[in-house]
Amino acid sequence: MIKTVFVAVILFTMIAFTAYLAFHYAPIEKTMGPIQKIFYLHLPSAFSSFIALGICFYANLRYVFSREAKWDWLAVSAAEVGLAFISVVLVTGPIWAHPVWGIWWTWDARLTLTFVLWLLYIAYLLLRSMLEEPDKRALFSALFGIFAFLDVPLVYFSIRWWRTQHPQPVILGGPGSGLDPRMRISYLLVWAAFTGLLILLLNGRYKLEAMRASVEELRREMEVR
Amino acid sequence: MKNLDSILAAYLAGWAIFFVYYISVAQRMNALHKQIEQLKSSLSRGK
Repeated sequence: MIKTVFVAVILFTMIAFTAYLAFHYAPIEKTMGPIQKIFYLHLPSAFSSFIALGICFYANLRYVFSREAKWDWLAVSAAEVGLAFISVVLVTGPIWAHPVWGIWWTWDARLTLTFVLWLLYIAYLLLRSMLEEPDKRALFSALFGIFAFLDVPLVYFSIRWWRTQHPQPVILGGPGSGLDPRMRISYLLVWAAFTGLLILLLNGRYKLEAMRASVEELRREMEVR
Repeated sequence: MKNLDSILAAYLAGWAIFFVYYISVAQRMNALHKQIEQLKSSLSRGK
């Protein structure tokens, strides 16, 4: 418990420091003005969601081949944490878009595929809640989770493959793209803080899943008696 | 600062999602912890 509080305090300090960098150190973007500051919440959340869903995909594959419960626990934990990060992306995106594009939402490839990704992982969690038997639940949701992950590369490459209302990439975007060095440093440090947040949430959620498995085990023991 | 209301709204909403999620995990953990204690005491009484 003390360890978790210590980690949370360090993380809070990191986030406060990176917020200072984003608002005071990084320059104001010329075209959009101050509204571009939403970038420092929107983009790290998007990348963190990809990491979480990548972990979910890996854990699902490991479960299918090993049938070890720990991989199922990791998969569901990463899916739920990833869903929290995608929710932040879907909420901050329209708030940023409205003053810049004049609309809250448009059904372009990037936005639509991100919304589909959110729905897929909601479906993944719903599927789990509908299956009672632990082994069946783990296997079916692992297979569905592997399928759901196919949308992640589509979301990532959508702005490279198709013309979209969503801006072209500024990170790893090729010639002509890029960020001011102060923006890049600020972004990378914010992303490091968000990775810390991801690890903290994932760790807590994994412990929760392990506890849930203990409850199921104890209930089975009660039924046997 | 121009669009300050939108910037504030985005940061408040974003951090609210993380905060609510963190609280929900903590609450579910507390509930499960209580269940584990109850089940363990029921099992030990049944011995």
